[in-house]
Amino acid sequence: MPLKRKILELKKKREEVLQGGGEKAIEKQISMGKLTARERIITLLDNDSFQEYDLFVEHEARDFDMDKKILHGDGVIIGTGTVYGSPVCVFAQDFTVAGGSLGLMHARKITKIMDHALKMRVPLIGINDSGGARIQEGVNSLAGYGEIFFRNTLNSGVIPQISVILGPCAGGAVYSPALTDFVFVVDKISKMFITGPEVIKTVLGEEISMEDLGGARVHSEITGNAHFFAESELECFDQIKKLMTFIPWNNKQKARAFKPKNPKSSFKIDEIVPGDPKLPYDVRNVVRAVVDESDFFEVQELWAQNIVIGFGRINGETVGFVCNQPLVLAGVLDVDSSNKAARFIRYCDAFNIPIVTLVDLPGYLPGVDQEHMGVIRHGAKILYAYSEATVPKITVIIRKAYGGGYIAMNSRHLRADFVFSWPGAEIAVMGPEGAANIIFRKEIMSAEDPEKMRRQKVKEYKQKFANPYVAAAKGYVDSVIEPSETRKVLMHAIEISNSKAVSGPNKKHGIPPF
Amino acid sequence: MALNKSTSDSSKDPCGENNLKCNTLQINETKYKTVLSKKFLNRKKWEKPDTNKIYSFIPGTIIKINGKANKKVKEGEILLILEAMKMQNKILSPFNGEIKEIYVKVGDKIPKGQLMIEFKPPK
Repeated sequence: MPLKRKILELKKKREEVLQGGGEKAIEKQISMGKLTARERIITLLDNDSFQEYDLFVEHEARDFDMDKKILHGDGVIIGTGTVYGSPVCVFAQDFTVAGGSLGLMHARKITKIMDHALKMRVPLIGINDSGGARIQEGVNSLAGYGEIFFRNTLNSGVIPQISVILGPCAGGAVYSPALTDFVFVVDKISKMFITGPEVIKTVLGEEISMEDLGGARVHSEITGNAHFFAESELECFDQIKKLMTFIPWNNKQKARAFKPKNPKSSFKIDEIVPGDPKLPYDVRNVVRAVVDESDFFEVQELWAQNIVIGFGRINGETVGFVCNQPLVLAGVLDVDSSNKAARFIRYCDAFNIPIVTLVDLPGYLPGVDQEHMGVIRHGAKILYAYSEATVPKITVIIRKAYGGGYIAMNSRHLRADFVFSWPGAEIAVMGPEGAANIIFRKEIMSAEDPEKMRRQKVKEYKQKFANPYVAAAKGYVDSVIEPSETRKVLMHAIEISNSKAVSGPNKKHGIPPF
Repeated sequence: MALNKSTSDSSKDPCGENNLKCNTLQINETKYKTVLSKKFLNRKKWEKPDTNKIYSFIPGTIIKINGKANKKVKEGEILLILEAMKMQNKILSPFNGEIKEIYVKVGDKIPKGQLMIEFKPPK
């Protein structure tokens, strides 16, 4: 029975490769609190949905005695599967095999699955856990990285690309995640940097731990390189699965629609926002008061918290939210928050996700450091992203909308499709205090009691200009609505703009202020 | 920008719901009650650069020093050599002046922004 023997032979071969880097290496992986590459894929995908390819790929390196070394699967696992029934392409670097180092065939496996994802127009999920370039393979290893980066760029905006950092990801390797849409990190496991602590110490004399240099927290709170922070790998996989429910397979489709559900009654929209524009509140509660099941899935929760971005559903359909957050830094726009919002707006635009903007900001953050960091060009990114976006764009002005901030936050002038305003909104060229001080300067200075005059003039200005009706009279605001009507008007606006079609002048691409 | 500690008269902190503490942030003429981010609190205050002090513009190793304290140097004269990124960078005197103090010695590995040489203020 030769075929039976052949099948046995295959089984044996498979078993051998499935051992990865062997027992010792696997033990070490587990002792670091990490799952193995194959466990990770199986945990992430639907039960029994994983189909692996290139199991028997072998490296071709000959120098430095590499020809005597067997590296199972060349340190990476690739395949296809489903997440909640939706198809995905995955790769996972296997740290137990030569430290997950990237050689030519390792890279070829990754680019193979990337090409497949693009061809099939399905999302790509990459799990990174690698010591970096396989030095023994020299320039072939660099070529491998380059081929991956090129495909990341090619795929960008066509299929969703998700990077999961579950181990070291250092040197050139960091640029693949940086080119993808969403980066997931796990506390104490993820490490990302261009140059590690060792090099920094020898070359620069600065001492820093790996965690402080490029740990999960650093990239979630300080750099903004990561989008989702988890305490454990399992939590991380849950986050990825949840994200997948909000996004479409590709740029020609819409995200899956769910059964519409009402927000929880505990979020009372009338009671969240204080009337005094100087008082803070958590804008996420306003979002929760309008989205289905009050389920708001925040992106980059820990970075640039003065702006809030994320996904929710309205009437079963995915919506991207961009909201000023008065709770932090009074909700100002600054360098980081501009970058955060602009990129998210472009993401939503690329993947047919309507954008709802909730406005309540005093303007841009003043300061030498901001100006010198280039807040002009970073701030311009928001204007660019909103102006360029052609998905349905809906704005709700909750409270303050002053000056440049008013324009930037998806105003009518940047082609918002619908602009709604709550009755307490203050839409003006600047805050009443500042405006009154300038306009009535002479009267205030020459008054017998300047402070009294100032207060009177501020009050006057407030009554006349700090309201939504001046903008509504010009048609810049389409409707002034009661807060409790917000969900209803959003549902209507999204439904009515379902078949929105606009097109700009023909061009290769614009020159955004990168 | 003025940054004052919160002087809320109501006993309830309006940011307190999230275990955060309210501060005051002034934007233009108006003071807002809000939480100040870590990054904002840790931001470096800008200072007018002191042209009498020469800082390293790149991290590296001092491999040669030419001057010493109280020595008069001419504009363009080499003060020291800072090796960084495999380049020997000549640090030149930016003007005619007198060295007050040299804060580094040969062999020192220094980070970016380290004070290397201070000139006496011109008379």
